[in-house]
Amino acid sequence: MISVMQAKRRYLLVFFVAFLTIWYFGGYELRHKPIAPFNIEQLPSYVNLDSVETGYTIGRDRRAIQNDAKIHCRMETCFDFSKCETDFKVYVYPLEESNVPSPSYQKLLNVLLESRYYTQDPKKACLFVLSIDTLDRDRLSNDYIRNMQTKIQRLPYWNDGTNHIIFNLYSGTWPNYTENNLDFDYGKAILAKASMSEDHMRPGFDISIPLFHKIHPEKGGDPGSLSANSYPLEKTYLLAFKGKRYVYGIGSDTRNSLYHLHNHKDMIMVTTCRHGKSWKDRKDERCDEDNKEYDRYEYETLLKNSTFCLVPRGRRLGSFRFLEALQAGCIPVLLSNGWVLPFSEVIDWNKAVVWADERLLLQVPHIIRSISLSKILQLRQQTQVLWDRYFSSIEKIVYTTLEIIRDKLPKKQKRDGVIWNSFPGALVTLPTFSDSLQDFPFHVKSGKDEFTAVIYCELGIPLSTTSTLFKLVNYLGKSKYVSKILIVWSNEKRPPNKSRWPNLPIHIPLHIIETGSGMESKSSISQRFYPHKEITTDTVLSLDEDTVLTTEEIDFAFIVWKEFPDRIVGYPGRSHYWDDSKSTWGYTSKWTNDYSIVLTGAAFYHHYYNYLYTEWLSPLLHKTVEQSGNCEDILMNFLVSHVTRRPPLKVTQRKQYKEQPSAGSWSPWNDPDHFIQRQTCLNTFAAVFGYMPLLRSNLRLDPVLFKDSVSNKRKKYRRIEAVGS
Amino acid sequence: MTLPPKVTISKIQHSFTSNLKYKHFFLGLLFISTIIILSLPFINFSNDPLKHFEKINLNNVHKLVEVKLSLEEPSRSPRDLKCTHWDCFNIYNCGRTGHDRIAVYVYPLRKYVDANGVPVTESISKEYYQLLKAIVSSKYYTSNPEEACIYVPSIDTLNEERILLNFTSQALNQLPYWSNGENHLIFNLVSGRAPDFSTVVPLDVGRALVAGADFDSFSFRYGFDVAMPAYSPLAATMGQIRNVHFKRFRKVISSQLNIDPYYLDVLQSLKASHPQELLLLDACHPHRYVTRCDVIEATHHRYPDVLTSATFCLMFRGERRGQYVLLEAMAANCIPVIVMDAYVMPFENVIDWKRVAIFIMESQLSSLMDVLSGVSEKKVGEMRESLKFLYDTYFSSMEKIVLTALDVIQDRVYPHRAKTYDEWNMLPKEVNYNPLFYPSTAVRSNGFTAVILTYDRVQSLFLLIERLSKVPSLMKIVVVWNNQKKNPPPMSEFPKIAKPINVIKTKANKLSNRFYPYPEIETEAILHIDDDIVMLTSDEVEFAFEVWREFPDRIVGFPSRMHVWNNVTNSWGYESEWLNEISMVLTGAAFLHKYWSYLYTNALPSNIRDWVDEEMNCEDIAMNFLVANITNKPPIKVTPRKKFKCPECTNNEMLSADKGHMEARSNCVDRFAKIFGRMPLNSVEFRADPVLFKDAFPEKLKRFNNIGSL
Repeated sequence: MISVMQAKRRYLLVFFVAFLTIWYFGGYELRHKPIAPFNIEQLPSYVNLDSVETGYTIGRDRRAIQNDAKIHCRMETCFDFSKCETDFKVYVYPLEESNVPSPSYQKLLNVLLESRYYTQDPKKACLFVLSIDTLDRDRLSNDYIRNMQTKIQRLPYWNDGTNHIIFNLYSGTWPNYTENNLDFDYGKAILAKASMSEDHMRPGFDISIPLFHKIHPEKGGDPGSLSANSYPLEKTYLLAFKGKRYVYGIGSDTRNSLYHLHNHKDMIMVTTCRHGKSWKDRKDERCDEDNKEYDRYEYETLLKNSTFCLVPRGRRLGSFRFLEALQAGCIPVLLSNGWVLPFSEVIDWNKAVVWADERLLLQVPHIIRSISLSKILQLRQQTQVLWDRYFSSIEKIVYTTLEIIRDKLPKKQKRDGVIWNSFPGALVTLPTFSDSLQDFPFHVKSGKDEFTAVIYCELGIPLSTTSTLFKLVNYLGKSKYVSKILIVWSNEKRPPNKSRWPNLPIHIPLHIIETGSGMESKSSISQRFYPHKEITTDTVLSLDEDTVLTTEEIDFAFIVWKEFPDRIVGYPGRSHYWDDSKSTWGYTSKWTNDYSIVLTGAAFYHHYYNYLYTEWLSPLLHKTVEQSGNCEDILMNFLVSHVTRRPPLKVTQRKQYKEQPSAGSWSPWNDPDHFIQRQTCLNTFAAVFGYMPLLRSNLRLDPVLFKDSVSNKRKKYRRIEAVGS
Repeated sequence: MTLPPKVTISKIQHSFTSNLKYKHFFLGLLFISTIIILSLPFINFSNDPLKHFEKINLNNVHKLVEVKLSLEEPSRSPRDLKCTHWDCFNIYNCGRTGHDRIAVYVYPLRKYVDANGVPVTESISKEYYQLLKAIVSSKYYTSNPEEACIYVPSIDTLNEERILLNFTSQALNQLPYWSNGENHLIFNLVSGRAPDFSTVVPLDVGRALVAGADFDSFSFRYGFDVAMPAYSPLAATMGQIRNVHFKRFRKVISSQLNIDPYYLDVLQSLKASHPQELLLLDACHPHRYVTRCDVIEATHHRYPDVLTSATFCLMFRGERRGQYVLLEAMAANCIPVIVMDAYVMPFENVIDWKRVAIFIMESQLSSLMDVLSGVSEKKVGEMRESLKFLYDTYFSSMEKIVLTALDVIQDRVYPHRAKTYDEWNMLPKEVNYNPLFYPSTAVRSNGFTAVILTYDRVQSLFLLIERLSKVPSLMKIVVVWNNQKKNPPPMSEFPKIAKPINVIKTKANKLSNRFYPYPEIETEAILHIDDDIVMLTSDEVEFAFEVWREFPDRIVGFPSRMHVWNNVTNSWGYESEWLNEISMVLTGAAFLHKYWSYLYTNALPSNIRDWVDEEMNCEDIAMNFLVANITNKPPIKVTPRKKFKCPECTNNEMLSADKGHMEARSNCVDRFAKIFGRMPLNSVEFRADPVLFKDAFPEKLKRFNNIGSL
């Protein structure tokens, strides 16, 4: 009886529990099941494609896009492309004596005048640059130029500013600092301006440039100061800021509230109210305390010892500290709502800076602490890449501005963001060379196992079957990788008849290019590195007519080059050094423990450098080489090191790469003047580049088993050992 | 005698009742716990505001709550052209969920009727339904309007032609969280009506963000609106293009229907000069979207299939800017040629259209064929590959398009989490993953830290420490004591050297300990060295450091090895013979950047690390695989080969000599290659020597002269 009761109860309970479960799991679903099954296919499409209009309803005339005032300028509406059809040249108005530009603007003009963009002929110009200083348009400033409007109107090619670029760092004045107030009507001119905001920038038309200091170098520029890729990065401070605050007026809110973030430990936010004449009149209750704290920290120290640097807006959106932080490798944290970062149409700043929102100031610590260590490693390196490629000198800033405009022109090849945002950057990656990244030495490893040998003959050494040149051609013919031999003949004497040249395997053609015979007006020495259309391989082996190299050496150097396609890889190493007593650069061919130049008498390099050498180098440099008839090999080394920031590579032991000239015969190499000339070149090049790009290396590359105590039979490159030095 | 049974009974009874009590107790317990378990979610919910908010129901399209609209209410505001992210977007609405992700709320579906009960909005379209569904099932969705950062009305505004502007404006304005459109996102893919064709739907959206397909650079609020593609229902039905390298027999097709007659004229003359390369299509009679007729020959073509026959597909500014042909061309892997001044391309702020499209200014249309013939074969291949990648990733369905739009807003609201250019645009194979990408020579004065892994060879360890102390650039020695059974000798017994020595006692005898990024290591360069490598001269170590400085992202060291493919066993093997090539440098004596130690500890596939620790072998091979897999660069061997044996040690053969050892190493190479899914190692035929190595030159003048002696 009891057990029956118990069983009943048990069943009841089980039933109850089951009911609860079903109610819980099933019922929930049941209550929400739609009554009718729903099928998305029953819904109509948002558009009936069959009813898309087939005719055009608006007249025969092409509807022009909106085109009213200057605030609506776009490249399509305000720019005259017909001026840029043939070439991309810049005209600079002649300097008037009455207008002395500020040092910064003078540097900017110098850069343009020396550049390959410059033309004296306004008819050939695509772009026009004023000689009147427009950098500072703050009425209260010393550099402010009055009566700008009338001066502009007087310009012969002004045409409401069409195709003109106006460079500007400061606009507006106290107290409002109105951004687009330049105190003159710039009309359809392109503004290249610092501190631009999203509100005023004409999209795709104006260009935001960085605010740079009066002492910003004209050319060259210091490298970034990141000295180690430490991981994890352990700096004294996480985030730092030291600067003025304005207490009142436009843009002061952000800096005035920075003290909230100051924690005396890893977040250092120090401000001062001391600036201007009458700061005491306006000071607030925090000023005295702030000033005291401010004096406890040094700006440079903070910059060096902080992982992140706060870059808040000042009166204007941009500030000097942006570039300073970038150079220091201190990751900028931006508090400047609406600021269009410099060159942001091409540079992806997400790879180098951290954006914060002025409205969320108090979240900055949280945001920064959430950034991973490896992201920090990336951001820091990218600050250095960008600084080094686009910002470290006025030259780079101006060139970048021009190249951005160039990329917008129709019919011109365009660079994509990959080129702009990775090393070596857009300024040295000429899209006219090729539209495919694979053709450049930087991004992909060279594919094909072949090279073109270019032998430069200027001496006119009498040729016989035993002469060095023929021996060289013979050795070349035996290389596994040679696909063509090109003789650049630069001598009054005619080159020997084709039939007299050594017999080459059938698949290796031999071309002779005579530079004397009415080719381009280029002088002969420039022909050496001219990107001849006969060169169809990525790789060039550059040789002199008296170079001595064995087949094995050629093949080994080529194998090494394939691993370093962006560098010069070759045999004759040379060095530069700083001569303190004379305060000049010295050049030496003596045997030293390091080298910074590999002469192109026996060196592999990428064909692209021929193009860059010919098309990109400043006309001044070409002139130096042509006038001296010398130094082209040094210039090539300057160029490649400037582009890659890497030293060249020397392979194996050989240093003597030339036939020793017989006594009495003339060779430039035993001419003492020749040597002095090279030293002069070195200094001229360094001056034109604005710095010394050459870098030293301590190592050379040998075959793996070079001079190892192992049977010679095992060695792939056994004959190289016999060559000696 | 009678007592016992009584007792028994009572006992029984007692035990029975106690038994019953037990059962009752347990059943009660079961009952109570069941109730507790069942109500747990509710208890949890009641602490969570989500309880009150149910996921929006999208399945009741046919049975919606009606909302009456009357047109009397004034005070509505048109779209604010001056809006920017900084002043119209309420950032404080975001981040209320506690994670760095925008929360998107979708209003429930409603049926809007006028005062007479006549519906004033058309039924939701398939595309808008898909769009809402995509949002609701995305990671961004929230059912709680109180914590939402972005609000999406469920009123279908995709096509201006399907809506009554004033009623829709009013419907939007009376949404509960509208507040002049702040943080609301309005989707509109077809805007404007004849004859003006405004580029934005003229609804009273106030400060709302507009995700539209017809923007020009005048109406687009940069950094605020989102530019969308004009979605073509047809594109989504097209098959996948598998081979992007298959050459196409037509150069360029113009298939757009409502082309401005001005362009038609130019196209006709281009056709005359390039009859083979250009195909001009227009509508047939009677018109159906899926058939097109050749303007000249009047032949029929199936659309959009015909697009797969051409390399380039033209797209013009029509009455509207958003053209369906863009997505149709992309689906057909046909490179879009955009002839549309001041057009804002879809997702222009994140997608680099220069990589996948050709832009021609309207006034330059006559140069079309010249521009196209200037594009190299290689470039066409690259563009088509990227095009397929972008289309498949961001455009191939309504769902992907709307999620991309939300990603764009996400990146804007949380810029410190934003994806970079590379992540948005580059094919995975194109991305340079090298974490040490800045090309610079490391600074000599920073020096290096020597990390010595040791077990119990104290004598050899001390000898090594003494030798290392003579290397000029040495900063510090870190001894990793891997023997748990024995304590390291006291510091007083260590050789007295001028550089600091840190001894680290490990918790387990694991080989991976050698690559642990100990905080004691303060330099970026680490010399990993075994305690028995006492044969290296100071010059050799210093020189190797010099070489590492020039190649700071590579492994630079002394003993080298090769990987080889064994044709017989069909597997990878390991070779330590004297070969002309190297692909590995053993970490028994090698310089590495400290970052690789982090990566080894934190990012090496765990099955490799576990294998290494179990087998007590191959940690060096694993490191070579790790570095090569990321950088695709081979290591660099320094100076001639030495006999890496320690004559004093008797047990040194223990690890390296026995025959089984080689087999085990081969096994590792093969196993790691399988785990990585490829063979990342690359081989080179060179090594690095000092510039004056073996030169007939006074030894005194050589910076490194004690090189290669045994």
